[in-house]
Amino acid sequence: MSLYIPGSMDRRHFMRHLAAGSAATVPAFGFLNHLSANADQVRRNEKACILVWLGGGPPTIDMWDLKPGSKNGGEFRPISTKGDLQISEHLPKIAQQMDVLSVVRSMSTREADHTRGRYYMQTAYVPNPTVTHPSFGSVVSHELSSKRKYLEIPAFVSVGGGSGSSGFLGMTHAPFVVDSNGQIRNATQGAVDRRRLDQRLAMWNVVEDGFIKSDRGDLPQAHKDVYGKAVNLMTSQQMQAFQVNKEDPKVIEAYGNNNFGRGMLMARRLVEEGVPFVEVNLGGWDLHSQVFNTLRDQRLPTLDQGISALVQDLKSRGMMNNVTIVCMGEFGRTPRINQDTGRDHWAASWSLLIGGGGLKGGVAVGSTDKDGVAIEGKSYLPGDIWATVCKALGIPLNIVHTSKRGRPMKIANGGNPIEELI
Amino acid sequence: MKKHIAFLLLGLICWSSVATAADKQEGAYRVKFDPAVVAEIDRLIKQGWDDNEVSPSPRAEDVTWLRRVYLDLVGHIPPLSVVEAFLKDSDENKRARIIDELLESRGYVENWTTIWTNELIGRQTPDRVSRNGMQKFLREAFAKNRRWDEVVYDILTAEGHFEENGAVNYLLSQMTMRDEGVQATAKTCRVFLGVQVQCTQCHNHPFNDWKQNQFWEFNSFFRQVRRVDHRRIDPQTGRQVDDYSELLPDNFSGPVYYERRSGLMQVAYPKYFGETVEFDNGESRIKILAESIKGDPNNQLARSMVNRMWGHFFGFGFTRPIDDMGPHNPASHPLLLEYLTEQFVKSEHDLKMLMRWVANSSAYQLSSEFNSKNQIDNPAAGEMPLFSHLYIKPMNAEQLFDSLMVAANADEMSKANYEESSRRRSQWLQQFVTTFGTDENDESTTFNGSIPQALMMMNGELVETATKCEQGSLLHRIVFSNDKDVRKVQQLYLAALCRLPNARDTAAIKKLFQMNSDPNVAYQDLYWALLNSNEFIFIR
Repeated sequence: MSLYIPGSMDRRHFMRHLAAGSAATVPAFGFLNHLSANADQVRRNEKACILVWLGGGPPTIDMWDLKPGSKNGGEFRPISTKGDLQISEHLPKIAQQMDVLSVVRSMSTREADHTRGRYYMQTAYVPNPTVTHPSFGSVVSHELSSKRKYLEIPAFVSVGGGSGSSGFLGMTHAPFVVDSNGQIRNATQGAVDRRRLDQRLAMWNVVEDGFIKSDRGDLPQAHKDVYGKAVNLMTSQQMQAFQVNKEDPKVIEAYGNNNFGRGMLMARRLVEEGVPFVEVNLGGWDLHSQVFNTLRDQRLPTLDQGISALVQDLKSRGMMNNVTIVCMGEFGRTPRINQDTGRDHWAASWSLLIGGGGLKGGVAVGSTDKDGVAIEGKSYLPGDIWATVCKALGIPLNIVHTSKRGRPMKIANGGNPIEELI
Repeated sequence: MKKHIAFLLLGLICWSSVATAADKQEGAYRVKFDPAVVAEIDRLIKQGWDDNEVSPSPRAEDVTWLRRVYLDLVGHIPPLSVVEAFLKDSDENKRARIIDELLESRGYVENWTTIWTNELIGRQTPDRVSRNGMQKFLREAFAKNRRWDEVVYDILTAEGHFEENGAVNYLLSQMTMRDEGVQATAKTCRVFLGVQVQCTQCHNHPFNDWKQNQFWEFNSFFRQVRRVDHRRIDPQTGRQVDDYSELLPDNFSGPVYYERRSGLMQVAYPKYFGETVEFDNGESRIKILAESIKGDPNNQLARSMVNRMWGHFFGFGFTRPIDDMGPHNPASHPLLLEYLTEQFVKSEHDLKMLMRWVANSSAYQLSSEFNSKNQIDNPAAGEMPLFSHLYIKPMNAEQLFDSLMVAANADEMSKANYEESSRRRSQWLQQFVTTFGTDENDESTTFNGSIPQALMMMNGELVETATKCEQGSLLHRIVFSNDKDVRKVQQLYLAALCRLPNARDTAAIKKLFQMNSDPNVAYQDLYWALLNSNEFIFIR
């Protein structure tokens, strides 16, 4: 086929040619220019998940599952909430939103090393040297982006993150990592106009395809697919969703005018645009020392404001039943308080926050013993959390992915949705 | 327009016609390694092909290989002049000669200093660690080709000011938190010995042989050093600011205590892989560890380096990952790993010699294209590597930056001094690094082939500079030369991709030139397309 691109042909038309010329499947190319007036409403009704990632491993015993009276109890007291459970006194705003949020108090996840724990919680699989499993955001991108053809921006956005990988699902489902300031570096075409860009891409396409055809594995094709996505994004109106500063200053203030608050606000804007999975990072939880001061003065107030503002905002926009929120890190922290008034890594018994998206709120699922060192009754794995999210997002649980080696991989590692939340 | 038609007629020029002017030399270059070692590597690799019934791909084209060895040894693509000279060179040992030339170049020292600085202290320098100090130490080590076991000994036993004795920065970077040397223990095992023990801090390892007590036995070697951070008053602001840090001996003694999962407290004394050592006899414990590593009859330090080095050149080591060795993770080529370990020890830990063997091996000369009889040799899909063809690997951020500098001919363009350009480089590199702020100082890069990287290539300043056709740039020099268009296009292909245009390229170039009244614009767009291609970013 001819790759000569007349200057008058528009970019989208060209990119469709480009996609057709190879085995590339770049779903976003099927964009409809005549979006109807109610499109925004349609997108707002789409399902989505916002993962609040507490990197470093949060001391959940001081947040969601307090142990007053125990030697491990620490300095904080529990307070009542709008749900049927108590949480930390330093999360008072979230307490007021617990009618729609629940806590799973019986996570037992065995990996207490940052890298391995992060991998396990984000993919539902333990690390394995011969295969890289996709982070769950990539799984959601894989399952839902083809059903949202209007989406010109990536289906998996990570604000301030970068730990995840799309693994065997391919680079087109990799997390799109952005700063909370909403400035996407190099996203506007530099010095050249669109005609020049088209010329360049036409030439590029020939070199690119030549290398793909030379049989050197999957990487050359992945390179081309990612460029297709990048080009598509460069001229998209949907990029506005990243620009948090376009919000009313009062709204920015409500979320907290800090990286985390802006990230949460960006998450809402992206979800409204139809992005099915957004990860927002709040780090600084690796509290081997000074756990209580740091929580009380820094971490918890920021978290409290960001999550409560998001929930309120989603409620007022009628989106709460569509958007699932999961808040966790790679593990919890030791019930025992160490000599530096800190808590160390602990994966045996910990808690996470989950809600929205039609899941039951105000529930405490499972429990730990009086000192928080062991789970009483049934415990849950990351696969169970992601299976619950699948349920909320309408992703069937019988999906099986195939690794590059042909090994079947059940979605969410074959986990089961948590009954108490459905 | 006539000019362009003329070049089209010549467009199908192939390799041989360019290389005809090769001048015959007196005798071949004399190689600087024992051919018997390389022959043994070849034999053991071939064994794997025979056992698995695969046939190797053919040898790579000379200049394709040249590009590969440049990127692997000095971290950037070869300059156009070298590419053209290599094409004309008819010496049968020209590959061996290039390897030796590169090993003696300043680029080699800089590249390996970068690689090991990133490995030892991370891409993002932790607070109160001197990147300059670390680099200074490593630069000298690689420039003098110091024995690897002695380099490691110095890194582990270093004491003092972080700029006066740059070797201390390794331990300083692992001691950013008061974690009783936990991170230093895990990292030292991983980076120097190729064993992963971090999980055994809290429990016996579920898969490998390490037990929790071994972690703490190792850890107790790290207890007699401490960091001291000095502060000073900034005369401008009157505020306290960081001054310098240093590593000093600490008078810790006795056992290390740790807690079993059961809650039981246990003690651990210094032991090296379970072997009792004498300690607290006047020598610091870290010195005893460094000596145990150096004198290890099992040669784990050497084995780990061999595995790492093989992985550097081939994209896959003998174990996956390269730094998780042990009975739980059998090597793909155990005999070869042992043979090379033995030879490396015999060579007195000569890093350049190890690189010579690997880079001169037959496997490293092969094409990166699969053939019909080695389709199963696909480690990217999780298969065991057989090294019957090269595996393509994407450039890392440093390699890309430096390669784009070569493509732009930026050395000649900007007369900026070395410090200024290295500052620009590290600033540019920082945009891709994310740190997680955990006690492991772990970090990740968005330079991973995802969208931000594609945007940076298409719209970022580096490619823009390379394609702007400014006075002094390579593009300018080629475009404004008196050469014919066909020759100019060939030079651009050789500069960016180390190959000549093929028939498809030529047809596309024709269209590109037809669309532009100004051929200079077409040249810019062509160069942009080449630099943005998969063929550019992959080491093949």
